[in-house]
Amino acid sequence: MSTQVIGGTGGNDDGGRRGDHGGTGSDGTAYQGPVLEVRNLCVDFGVDKRWVPAAIDLSYEVRAGEVLAIVGESGSGKSASSMSLLGLLPSNSRVTGEVLLNGQSVLTMPPARLREVRGNDVAVIFQEPMTALNPVYTVGFQIVETLRLHNEISPDEARQRALRLLQMVELPDPEKAFRSYPHQLSGGQRQRAMIAQSLSCDPKLLIADEPTTALDVTVQAEILDLMRNLRNQLNSAIVLITHDMGVVADLADRIAVMRKGRIVETGTADQIFNHPQHEYTRALLAAVPHLGQGDGDDEVDITAALAAATHTELQTVDHDELERRERDVLAQLAGEHTTAPRTGDPVLELVDVAIEYPRQGRVPAFRAVEGANLTVHPGQVIGLVGESGSGKTTIGRAAVGLLPVAQGSLRVVGTDISGFRPSSRELVKVRRHIGMVFQDPSSSLNPRLPIGESIGEPMLLAGEAKGSALQKRIEMLLDQVELPRSYRNRYPHELSGGQKQRVGIARALSLKPKLMVADEPTSALDVSVQARVLELFQNLQRELGFACLFVTHDLAVVDVLADYICVMKRGRIVEQGSRDQILRSPRDPYTQRLLAAVPLPDPALQRERRELRAKLLASTD
Amino acid sequence: MVWYIVRRFLQLIPVFLGATLLVYFLVFSLPGDATAAICGERGCTPAVVAGLREQYNLDQPFWIQYLLYLKGVLTFDLGTNFSGRPIATIIAEVFPTTAKLAIMALVIEAVFGIVFGLIAGLRKGRIFDSSVLVLSLIVIAVPIFVLGFLMQFLIGVKLQWTNPTVSGDATFTELLLPAVVLGLVSFAYVLRLTRTSIIENVNADYVRTATAKGLSRRRVVVVHVLRNSLIPVVTFLGADLGALMGGAIVTEGIFNVNGVGNTLYRAVLNGDGPMVVSIVTFLILIFCLANLLVDLLYAWLDPRIRYA
Repeated sequence: MSTQVIGGTGGNDDGGRRGDHGGTGSDGTAYQGPVLEVRNLCVDFGVDKRWVPAAIDLSYEVRAGEVLAIVGESGSGKSASSMSLLGLLPSNSRVTGEVLLNGQSVLTMPPARLREVRGNDVAVIFQEPMTALNPVYTVGFQIVETLRLHNEISPDEARQRALRLLQMVELPDPEKAFRSYPHQLSGGQRQRAMIAQSLSCDPKLLIADEPTTALDVTVQAEILDLMRNLRNQLNSAIVLITHDMGVVADLADRIAVMRKGRIVETGTADQIFNHPQHEYTRALLAAVPHLGQGDGDDEVDITAALAAATHTELQTVDHDELERRERDVLAQLAGEHTTAPRTGDPVLELVDVAIEYPRQGRVPAFRAVEGANLTVHPGQVIGLVGESGSGKTTIGRAAVGLLPVAQGSLRVVGTDISGFRPSSRELVKVRRHIGMVFQDPSSSLNPRLPIGESIGEPMLLAGEAKGSALQKRIEMLLDQVELPRSYRNRYPHELSGGQKQRVGIARALSLKPKLMVADEPTSALDVSVQARVLELFQNLQRELGFACLFVTHDLAVVDVLADYICVMKRGRIVEQGSRDQILRSPRDPYTQRLLAAVPLPDPALQRERRELRAKLLASTD
Repeated sequence: MVWYIVRRFLQLIPVFLGATLLVYFLVFSLPGDATAAICGERGCTPAVVAGLREQYNLDQPFWIQYLLYLKGVLTFDLGTNFSGRPIATIIAEVFPTTAKLAIMALVIEAVFGIVFGLIAGLRKGRIFDSSVLVLSLIVIAVPIFVLGFLMQFLIGVKLQWTNPTVSGDATFTELLLPAVVLGLVSFAYVLRLTRTSIIENVNADYVRTATAKGLSRRRVVVVHVLRNSLIPVVTFLGADLGALMGGAIVTEGIFNVNGVGNTLYRAVLNGDGPMVVSIVTFLILIFCLANLLVDLLYAWLDPRIRYA
């Protein structure tokens, strides 16, 4: 996929489209102030007949061609405050303050006028493109609907414009995308379609609500490239809402950090990243797991490593400087031959394994993993990374015997389970040596069971302990995951996401497993919570010494945890090696691309990374 | 798509065979002499009985009887009932009335159910919503014959807006009251189903997107919310169409409609075996076709469902 700046496909017919068909009152030239001015904005939600504040006294402004990033964790009010700008909040909300769009007050507009502003002057890109597009209409229908709403044009002309927009957002086959329903497109394509729809009336302000959160890293990098190009081309103001500091560094000019409904700090990207003033900003930056920023002792300079591995020259970095950094990386690699000792019998061994999802009715069996070889030794943490659909979760499930092995042998703690039928007695026996932590802590705990019982259930079922001995073990496990013992009688809904995942870990540990399979255990958590859970996990692993198969899409998490990394792509393991081999000297082009796509929470370093990525893509195309 | 429809038609074959066999078995294996029903209380001479037995294949073993019956059906000859009239003619006579009644009931329950459900769903928790919910609960709870007689008495006898019963012509106005009664219970279900579905969809992300595009409230609701919300409702209506076509024995009885339900009821009372089996077989086919129709409609409403 090329990422060149789109030349004039959408911009050259501006004459008729940029006009003041909405009657904004500003003739485009007369008004010179910021596109968006927000003053003392407060948002409250009515809950149980009380007003609960979601955003308190926010003031900010955005100018044309500028990207303002609003950063915060879930519950900080960043989404609610931005949705309130267009009156998109549910009816139990109250918005006060002043919002000026090109000098006109939005909050006091009559509904008909507000509808003219929506989609025309201000457009929104939503987080989850699968649910944000109507599943029962084609992409074309939905874009044409917007176009014809705000412009008096014929259906045929609307169609032509929609096709141009789909081309502008670099969809490979605009005609086909036009006719497709949302479910027929991939996640990245859906988000492109969403962006095309948002841009259809050349909005003066674009609100992007977590536009890349639901996407894979490589797709995320493509979408960010696209948004950067569009910003340069259309000169719109952009409000970018995100929790991801990497995304912010890649795109933002100015940043507002939100916490518990208030803006705690604002500044330029450079100020926030290099000289954060508020302690929360500092804490947030520290919690971001950054992949190879290259500034600490143990940090890997991924950019230099990639440059070395692919012999790429970078314009943004001085030649000698880059060579020095490349040498550093290779020297460190040479010194790093003392990886985790591989002693004892492997706890998990995959030999030429293929895994199939069995056929269902007329849907044929689907081979999700092919020819996988992988060995996990006692005490070793293996990171299994890949994008969605790469088969990484499939391997995790097969290791626990949840999916049948179609071919090859899969040995868990010395027993070959590939021939076992599901729920056979032998399999149940083997499972006692494995603990599993699931992705979504909310849905993987029984909502009607106090967490103490959830933790104790494996021990009870295995006949390990009961009565007061069981209670003692439960208390011990709660201590280990740093939850108060009194939480034993609480129900999952009374706990926060991070606390729930701690319970999930405690349950997985309850049978003292030799192998832990962790399937994206932190992907549903906020960064600061994720950092604490990962730290806990790391301490427990060191203390208890279990081996771990850690499935994740997040390379930064693997960087922190794993001794050994496997990279998967479309059902195959394309590269595996020690953490240092993979991070300092990636050989497979896919691994290189994956590493280059991870954004860095630092604007300057991210510029290098971006140039490198562009070169990598150009050379592999 | 074509292949899917063909396959669905092929699937009708085992359904048809199984259902007819079962019904045939139930009707003709009952203790008692089938000819007794024809001869009435006076009884027939043994010679006549023997003749009847031969005419209706009653002298043959069960399997032969069944196969002979199947042969008749496949050659479009349903035979005659015990009164000697061709069964096909009787069905052709009574079915249009039932079909008319069923379609009227379906339209009534669909239109009113969806409209009321939509309004209730959009005004969740307000007075309209609460009162409609209570009313629909009452309609569901009260047995159909109570509702039927009540409306017949009030509207037909007291207010005299329509005839309390339906004549042989079964005109539109005459059928209106029975259609309302017939559709009443399903109307309550359609209403509740629509309401729940609307409430579920009205807060969906794509509805927010539609609003953010600047669409009017009306267009957001009609184009974006309603179509998504109708998917479960259509399933229910389709299944209901099959049931309605089968004739409503109680409602047709109350209003004296000369339809399939009434005919079937009389056939059962008279022990008219050939008639019962033929009507039931016919109903099974109608039901299967109605289901097929629903599945196709479903795919049209929701493009995520594709048949291969």
